Amino acid sequence: MKARVLVMPRAGVLDPQGKAVAQALAGLGFESVEAARQGKVIELELAETDPAAAEAALAAMCERLLANPVVEDYTIEIA
Amino acid sequence: MKAVVIVFPGSNCDRDAKVALEAAAGRPVAMVWHGDSELPPTDLVVLPGGFSYGDYLRPGAMASRSPVMQDVVRAAKRGVRVLGICNGFQVLTECGLLPGALLRNAGLRFVCRPVTLRVETVRSPFTNGYRRGAVLQMPVAHHDGNYFAEPATLERLAGEDRIAFRYMDNPNGSLGDIAGILNERRNVLGMMPHPERAADAVLGGTDGRALFDALAA
Repeated sequence: MKARVLVMPRAGVLDPQGKAVAQALAGLGFESVEAARQGKVIELELAETDPAAAEAALAAMCERLLANPVVEDYTIEIA
Repeated sequence: MKAVVIVFPGSNCDRDAKVALEAAAGRPVAMVWHGDSELPPTDLVVLPGGFSYGDYLRPGAMASRSPVMQDVVRAAKRGVRVLGICNGFQVLTECGLLPGALLRNAGLRFVCRPVTLRVETVRSPFTNGYRRGAVLQMPVAHHDGNYFAEPATLERLAGEDRIAFRYMDNPNGSLGDIAGILNERRNVLGMMPHPERAADAVLGGTDGRALFDALAA
């Protein structure tokens, strides 16, 4: 089973990289850009067939390693 | 004082820390590999600066989950002193021994220069060799030193006199100009500036020496 974890800086946490990306896009003439946030995507392959068990395992992985709950939120997508 | 320095793959200030500690303590300091599951008996553990595991995922994230860190956390809970410098500070927040997190510098640049610090508390085994309010010069060298914590955490750190050092010329956007903090029990210190790089006149400064001397006393 394939899964994808999206990790994003939490709302209210300064994201200087996202801010720089937004500024660079504006500098290229993309005037519609009002804001950008930058996070990361982690793709995993799991030897698991039960989606509920996979989701529970992925949540534990996010809590223990993939995301830092002090400054990041995560979203789990199971294919 | 018995001291050990933990070596992670990518540590690069481990030997500087060893030299500074040995000069202060007058006895050999052991280097402990991150893959060891047990610490030797010790009074002080130093988590050195560097780029453990290439800063993969987040700075300090991989190192904080390495085998030896479980024993470092246990030792800290027993009262063993733990000093995390730069990447070591990042490891301490990642493993939960210190609150908050160290984000990418607000200016996005890697900052490598001397900074001016103020000693905010002398109530710790790390800082009791300074005067409160003393102004120190030490180098910083980091890309992710921007201290962040929730407002309630910041209030608690200030209220409990747990902010060890503040920048007088904030180089990275840290909230409250925070450069170093203590845990509740005051036996764990994390700081972004490098006292080991300011512990000998030939290195350009000696303001860091009092920290190692205090630990060795």
